[in-house]
Amino acid sequence: MTTNASAIVTIENRLGLHARPAMMFAETAMRFDSDITVQRSNQDSIVDGKSIMQLMMLAAVRGTELTLTANGPDAETALEELAELVNNRFNEDSVEGV
Amino acid sequence: MKLLELIVTNAIEPNLEATTRDEAIAVLVDQLITAKAVSADFRDDFIKAIIKREKRGSTGFGHGVAVPHVKHADIDTLVAAVGVSKDGIDFNALDGNPVHSIFLIISPEQKPEEHLEAMEAVFSNLSQDTFRRFLLQADTVEAVITLLEEADASTLGNN
Repeated sequence: MTTNASAIVTIENRLGLHARPAMMFAETAMRFDSDITVQRSNQDSIVDGKSIMQLMMLAAVRGTELTLTANGPDAETALEELAELVNNRFNEDSVEGV
Repeated sequence: MKLLELIVTNAIEPNLEATTRDEAIAVLVDQLITAKAVSADFRDDFIKAIIKREKRGSTGFGHGVAVPHVKHADIDTLVAAVGVSKDGIDFNALDGNPVHSIFLIISPEQKPEEHLEAMEAVFSNLSQDTFRRFLLQADTVEAVITLLEEADASTLGNN
Protein backbone atom coordinates (compact mmCIF):
# COMPACT_ATOMS: atom_id res chain seq x y z
CA MET A 1 0.00 0.00 0.00
CA THR A 2 1.34 3.39 -0.93
CA THR A 3 1.02 6.13 1.58
CA ASN A 4 1.97 9.75 1.85
CA ALA A 5 3.52 11.32 4.88
CA SER A 6 5.07 14.65 5.60
CA ALA A 7 6.75 16.37 8.50
CA ILE A 8 8.20 19.78 9.23
CA VAL A 9 11.57 19.87 10.93
CA THR A 10 14.03 22.59 11.85
CA ILE A 11 17.78 22.30 11.42
CA GLU A 12 19.21 22.85 14.90
CA ASN A 13 22.85 21.82 14.71
CA ARG A 14 25.32 24.71 14.64
CA LEU A 15 26.91 23.88 11.31
CA GLY A 16 23.63 23.36 9.46
CA LEU A 17 23.03 20.75 6.79
CA HIS A 18 26.65 20.43 5.65
CA ALA A 19 28.21 17.49 3.86
CA ARG A 20 28.26 14.95 6.66
CA PRO A 21 24.64 15.43 7.80
CA ALA A 22 23.54 15.55 4.16
CA MET A 23 25.24 12.21 3.64
CA MET A 24 23.61 10.75 6.75
CA PHE A 25 20.24 12.00 5.59
CA ALA A 26 20.62 10.59 2.08
CA GLU A 27 21.92 7.27 3.38
CA THR A 28 18.96 6.94 5.72
CA ALA A 29 16.53 7.95 2.97
CA MET A 30 18.03 5.39 0.60
CA ARG A 31 17.18 2.55 2.96
CA PHE A 32 13.51 3.11 2.16
CA ASP A 33 11.53 2.31 -0.95
CA SER A 34 9.48 5.48 -0.68
CA ASP A 35 10.32 8.55 -2.71
CA ILE A 36 11.55 11.23 -0.35
CA THR A 37 11.65 14.94 -1.06
CA VAL A 38 12.85 17.90 0.96
CA GLN A 39 11.76 21.47 0.55
CA ARG A 40 12.72 24.64 2.36
CA SER A 41 9.47 25.84 3.85
CA ASN A 42 8.00 28.73 1.84
CA GLN A 43 10.25 28.06 -1.14
CA ASP A 44 9.47 26.46 -4.45
CA SER A 45 12.41 24.22 -5.17
CA ILE A 46 12.04 20.62 -4.05
CA VAL A 47 15.05 18.33 -3.85
CA ASP A 48 15.50 14.58 -3.79
CA GLY A 49 16.15 13.43 -0.23
CA LYS A 50 18.29 10.57 -1.52
CA SER A 51 20.78 12.89 -3.29
CA ILE A 52 23.58 14.44 -1.22
CA MET A 53 24.25 16.98 -3.95
CA GLN A 54 20.65 18.11 -4.05
CA LEU A 55 20.45 18.29 -0.27
CA MET A 56 23.52 20.53 -0.28
CA MET A 57 21.68 22.83 -2.68
CA LEU A 58 19.25 23.68 0.13
CA ALA A 59 21.98 25.65 1.95
CA ALA A 60 20.05 24.86 5.12
CA VAL A 61 21.75 26.82 7.88
CA ARG A 62 20.80 26.47 11.52
CA GLY A 63 17.22 27.59 11.99
CA THR A 64 16.07 26.58 8.52
CA GLU A 65 12.66 24.92 8.45
CA LEU A 66 12.34 21.99 6.08
CA THR A 67 9.31 20.08 4.89
CA LEU A 68 10.04 16.37 4.45
CA THR A 69 7.68 14.34 2.32
CA ALA A 70 7.65 10.59 1.70
CA ASN A 71 5.54 8.73 -0.77
CA GLY A 72 5.59 4.94 -0.90
CA PRO A 73 5.05 1.71 1.03
CA ASP A 74 7.24 2.70 3.98
CA ALA A 75 6.55 6.42 3.98
CA GLU A 76 5.66 6.76 7.63
CA THR A 77 8.63 4.84 9.02
CA ALA A 78 10.95 6.70 6.67
CA LEU A 79 9.73 10.06 7.90
CA GLU A 80 9.95 9.05 11.53
CA GLU A 81 13.60 8.07 11.13
CA LEU A 82 14.53 11.12 9.06
CA ALA A 83 12.82 13.53 11.42
CA GLU A 84 14.58 11.88 14.35
CA LEU A 85 17.93 12.26 12.61
CA VAL A 86 17.36 15.99 12.12
CA ASN A 87 15.94 16.50 15.59
CA ASN A 88 18.93 14.71 17.11
CA ARG A 89 21.12 17.29 15.34
CA PHE A 90 22.75 14.52 13.33
CA ASN A 91 24.54 13.57 16.53
CA GLU A 92 26.61 16.73 16.25
CA ASP A 93 27.30 19.62 18.61
CA SER A 94 28.68 17.15 21.11
CA VAL A 95 31.42 16.01 18.79
CA GLU A 96 33.88 17.74 16.51
CA GLY A 97 31.96 18.89 13.45
CA VAL A 98 33.90 19.21 10.23
CA MET B 1 26.60 33.21 -3.58
CA LYS B 2 28.18 33.36 -7.03
CA LEU B 3 30.92 30.97 -8.10
CA LEU B 4 33.31 33.80 -8.89
CA GLU B 5 32.83 35.19 -5.40
CA LEU B 6 34.38 32.07 -3.96
CA ILE B 7 36.67 30.72 -6.65
CA VAL B 8 40.06 32.41 -6.79
CA THR B 9 40.70 32.90 -10.50
CA ASN B 10 44.44 32.44 -10.01
CA ALA B 11 43.71 29.05 -8.43
CA ILE B 12 42.11 27.33 -11.39
CA GLU B 13 43.87 24.37 -13.00
CA PRO B 14 42.05 23.05 -16.08
CA ASN B 15 44.63 20.36 -16.70
CA LEU B 16 45.31 18.84 -13.31
CA GLU B 17 48.11 16.31 -13.65
CA ALA B 18 47.90 14.87 -10.15
CA THR B 19 47.09 11.18 -10.17
CA THR B 20 46.11 10.65 -6.54
CA ARG B 21 43.61 12.30 -4.23
CA ASP B 22 46.23 13.54 -1.79
CA GLU B 23 48.41 14.92 -4.55
CA ALA B 24 45.43 16.76 -6.09
CA ILE B 25 44.56 18.27 -2.71
CA ALA B 26 48.15 19.48 -2.23
CA VAL B 27 48.27 21.01 -5.72
CA LEU B 28 45.02 22.92 -5.17
CA VAL B 29 46.06 24.18 -1.72
CA ASP B 30 49.37 25.32 -3.21
CA GLN B 31 47.50 27.20 -5.92
CA LEU B 32 45.58 29.11 -3.28
CA ILE B 33 48.85 29.92 -1.52
CA THR B 34 50.55 31.06 -4.74
CA ALA B 35 47.51 33.22 -5.46
CA LYS B 36 47.95 34.68 -1.95
CA ALA B 37 44.40 33.67 -1.07
CA VAL B 38 45.58 31.84 2.04
CA SER B 39 48.71 32.01 4.14
CA ALA B 40 51.53 29.59 3.44
CA ASP B 41 51.89 29.21 7.22
CA PHE B 42 48.92 26.87 7.29
CA ARG B 43 49.77 24.85 4.20
CA ASP B 44 50.43 21.56 5.97
CA ASP B 45 47.54 22.16 8.38
CA PHE B 46 45.10 22.61 5.52
CA ILE B 47 46.32 19.60 3.58
CA LYS B 48 46.31 17.36 6.63
CA ALA B 49 42.83 18.44 7.71
CA ILE B 50 41.36 18.09 4.22
CA ILE B 51 42.78 14.59 3.81
CA LYS B 52 41.58 13.64 7.28
CA ARG B 53 38.10 14.85 6.32
CA GLU B 54 38.19 12.74 3.15
CA LYS B 55 39.17 9.69 5.15
CA ARG B 56 36.14 10.12 7.37
CA GLY B 57 33.90 10.08 4.33
CA SER B 58 34.65 10.90 0.73
CA THR B 59 33.36 14.19 -0.65
CA GLY B 60 33.20 12.48 -4.03
CA PHE B 61 29.41 12.51 -4.07
CA GLY B 62 29.06 11.09 -7.56
CA HIS B 63 28.94 12.38 -11.15
CA GLY B 64 32.73 12.71 -11.20
CA VAL B 65 32.68 15.55 -8.71
CA ALA B 66 34.48 16.05 -5.37
CA VAL B 67 34.46 18.94 -2.91
CA PRO B 68 37.33 18.41 -0.47
CA HIS B 69 37.13 21.07 2.22
CA VAL B 70 38.25 22.30 5.60
CA LYS B 71 36.89 24.81 8.05
CA HIS B 72 39.75 26.67 9.69
CA ALA B 73 39.74 29.08 12.60
CA ASP B 74 42.60 31.22 11.30
CA ILE B 75 41.12 32.46 8.07
CA ASP B 76 38.55 35.21 7.52
CA THR B 77 37.46 34.76 3.94
CA LEU B 78 36.12 31.69 2.21
CA VAL B 79 38.18 30.71 -0.82
CA ALA B 80 37.98 27.91 -3.36
CA ALA B 81 40.28 26.40 -5.96
CA VAL B 82 39.20 24.41 -8.99
CA GLY B 83 41.03 21.53 -10.59
CA VAL B 84 39.92 19.52 -13.58
CA SER B 85 41.46 16.15 -14.27
CA LYS B 86 40.86 14.90 -17.79
CA ASP B 87 41.94 11.37 -16.84
CA GLY B 88 40.07 11.23 -13.55
CA ILE B 89 41.35 10.60 -10.03
CA ASP B 90 40.32 7.95 -7.53
CA PHE B 91 38.64 9.87 -4.72
CA ASN B 92 37.00 6.84 -3.19
CA ALA B 93 33.78 8.38 -4.52
CA LEU B 94 30.43 7.10 -3.31
CA ASP B 95 29.58 5.76 -6.75
CA GLY B 96 33.08 4.35 -7.25
CA ASN B 97 33.73 6.45 -10.36
CA PRO B 98 36.85 8.55 -10.92
CA VAL B 99 36.60 12.24 -10.13
CA HIS B 100 37.15 14.84 -12.84
CA SER B 101 35.98 18.11 -11.24
CA ILE B 102 37.45 19.10 -7.90
CA PHE B 103 36.28 22.17 -6.00
CA LEU B 104 38.48 22.58 -2.93
CA ILE B 105 37.02 24.92 -0.33
CA ILE B 106 38.68 26.52 2.68
CA SER B 107 36.25 28.39 4.88
CA PRO B 108 36.30 30.26 8.19
CA GLU B 109 35.27 27.95 11.01
CA GLN B 110 33.25 30.68 12.66
CA LYS B 111 31.03 31.25 9.61
CA PRO B 112 29.30 27.94 8.86
CA GLU B 113 26.61 29.73 6.83
CA GLU B 114 29.17 30.88 4.27
CA HIS B 115 30.36 27.33 3.85
CA LEU B 116 26.80 26.16 3.15
CA GLU B 117 26.20 28.99 0.69
CA ALA B 118 29.40 28.07 -1.15
CA MET B 119 28.35 24.42 -1.30
CA GLU B 120 24.98 25.51 -2.64
CA ALA B 121 26.63 27.57 -5.38
CA VAL B 122 28.94 24.72 -6.29
CA PHE B 123 26.32 21.97 -6.38
CA SER B 124 23.67 24.05 -8.12
CA ASN B 125 26.06 24.00 -11.05
CA LEU B 126 27.85 20.68 -10.63
CA SER B 127 24.54 18.87 -10.49
CA GLN B 128 23.95 19.96 -14.09
CA ASP B 129 25.27 17.69 -16.86
CA THR B 130 25.86 20.69 -19.09
CA PHE B 131 28.08 22.46 -16.59
CA ARG B 132 30.13 19.35 -15.85
CA ARG B 133 30.59 18.63 -19.56
CA PHE B 134 31.65 22.19 -20.38
CA LEU B 135 34.04 22.23 -17.45
CA LEU B 136 35.74 19.07 -18.69
CA GLN B 137 36.04 20.58 -22.15
CA ALA B 138 37.56 23.84 -20.93
CA ASP B 139 41.26 23.67 -21.75
CA THR B 140 42.41 27.04 -20.49
CA VAL B 141 41.93 29.08 -17.33
CA GLU B 142 40.16 31.71 -19.46
CA ALA B 143 37.70 29.10 -20.74
CA VAL B 144 36.94 27.99 -17.20
CA ILE B 145 36.41 31.59 -16.07
CA THR B 146 34.06 32.19 -19.00
CA LEU B 147 32.09 29.10 -18.01
CA LEU B 148 31.91 30.28 -14.40
CA GLU B 149 30.72 33.71 -15.55
CA GLU B 150 28.02 32.11 -17.66
CA ALA B 151 26.98 29.88 -14.78
CA ASP B 152 26.79 32.88 -12.46
CA ALA B 153 24.60 34.64 -15.00
CA SER B 154 22.53 31.44 -15.25
CA THR B 155 22.83 31.28 -18.98
CA LEU B 156 23.47 27.55 -18.99
CA GLY B 157 20.72 25.04 -19.61
CA ASN B 158 19.14 23.34 -16.66
CA ASN B 159 20.03 19.77 -17.31
